[in-house]
Amino acid sequence: MRVGVLALQGAFREHLDLLGRLGVSAVAVRLPEHLAGLSALVLPGGESTTMRKLIDRWGLRDPILDLARAGAPIFGTCAGMILLARDISDGDEPVLPLLDITVKRNAFGRQLDSFEADMAVPVLGTSAVHGVFIRAPVIERVGARVDVLATLDDDRVVAVREGNVLATAFHPELASETRFHRLVATMASAFAEPGEGTSRKRHPTRRAAR
Amino acid sequence: MDIDTSTWVTKTGLAQMLKGGVIMDVVTADQARIAEDAGAVAVMALERVPADIRASGGVARMSDPLLITQIMDAVTIPVMAKARIGHFVEAQVLEALGVDYIDESEVLTPADEEHHIDKHAFKVPFVCGCRDLGEALRRISEGAAMIRTKGEAGTGNIVEAVRQLRAVTGQIRRLSTMREDELFVAAKELQAPLELVQQVARDGKLPVVDFVAGGISTPSDAALVMQLGAEGVFVGSGIFKSEDPARMADAVVQATTHFDDAKIIADVSKGLGAPMRGLESTAIPVAERLAVRGW
Repeated sequence: MRVGVLALQGAFREHLDLLGRLGVSAVAVRLPEHLAGLSALVLPGGESTTMRKLIDRWGLRDPILDLARAGAPIFGTCAGMILLARDISDGDEPVLPLLDITVKRNAFGRQLDSFEADMAVPVLGTSAVHGVFIRAPVIERVGARVDVLATLDDDRVVAVREGNVLATAFHPELASETRFHRLVATMASAFAEPGEGTSRKRHPTRRAAR
Repeated sequence: MDIDTSTWVTKTGLAQMLKGGVIMDVVTADQARIAEDAGAVAVMALERVPADIRASGGVARMSDPLLITQIMDAVTIPVMAKARIGHFVEAQVLEALGVDYIDESEVLTPADEEHHIDKHAFKVPFVCGCRDLGEALRRISEGAAMIRTKGEAGTGNIVEAVRQLRAVTGQIRRLSTMREDELFVAAKELQAPLELVQQVARDGKLPVVDFVAGGISTPSDAALVMQLGAEGVFVGSGIFKSEDPARMADAVVQATTHFDDAKIIADVSKGLGAPMRGLESTAIPVAERLAVRGW
């Protein structure tokens, strides 16, 4: 099982290192051929305008959508979440519209408003997640099939999941927060090797029950 | 919920988000839009690019706040601006404007011949120039959250930036081979705090993001410093002093992403028109060299 990290620009090294520390084989993705054989893809933080341009320029949009539609987990942080949104509230065209959400870019303001905060993420257990928000986006609308994973105290949504696609407005990779990546690795493993149930063998000497 | 703003993690974190990208000098809102459309990760707002500062001489100062706010309004990517070395009031003004990063820059005329700005005292993060590891670590100890080489700004000549980048990476490699008890002398020789020297020796890298600036004027220049270990590039005069800025900007962005793919660098370099007119660095009188500013 190999997990790809989109490496066009941004904090991709941090995701590669974090996955490596978890014992997950992780590779940088810059061109469509780098997506072959991947079981998951991480879209890192960075500048979404830059990544949008480079995704188009190098023909990555359709192969990433194909990977997602095949069921491979896709995980976006910050700019990665903007790339995954179906709607972007300043009117920009969506890039990889895999999440039925509306995001607002730079929702908290400029760099002086960047912040750190602890928050509860019940699906990851009882201990709080430390979130690093850097010129972060926020989720303004959540579709009916989207699960909210985390909110701030003012109820603003900052982490979501829809099927095999996850996104956070903050940077777990900057806070040594490994649980999101563990979850993605587990989902990737289930995608790569579906496991029990799918290849059930009949008992060699017994007939199937009627 | 406790919310902490302007922490060391958010300051260094923004630089981490800029990695693998190109930060472009712009002097108008229109240029800022061209840079953003070409895929710049941030722009440096200033009144004159270094090549023009060099040509016109005189005292170079912080840009007009009106120009900086016009550029901030024109783009959604981060906007940086320059303050003179040691001029903490220019830095206070830039912080009040809400710029995303301040460059305490040798490209402007220094305001203090001894002291750099106490950057810990600010909420806004700073990037500072260096020529070697000791200078980088002194700036980090003063609170710089991002480092760049100085190169020799406004020359279109990459040679100084290469020398400085090789100095930094070479000194880091030497530190990481040293015994623990050799680091005391190393810190003394580098004129840098022992704690930072020990950290660099342990990690094999600077504790903050390290870009290259000063002299990049072609896609190959950008790829050269990326292959040598830069984490991203600043391009000053190299974009808007070239024949076709929009295409040059796009090509430098592509070459910075695909820095280890010579076929792509060749492709994006085709028919770009003339890069900026260069200046051989030994032709510059010592008194006019910018890289020696800062201490």
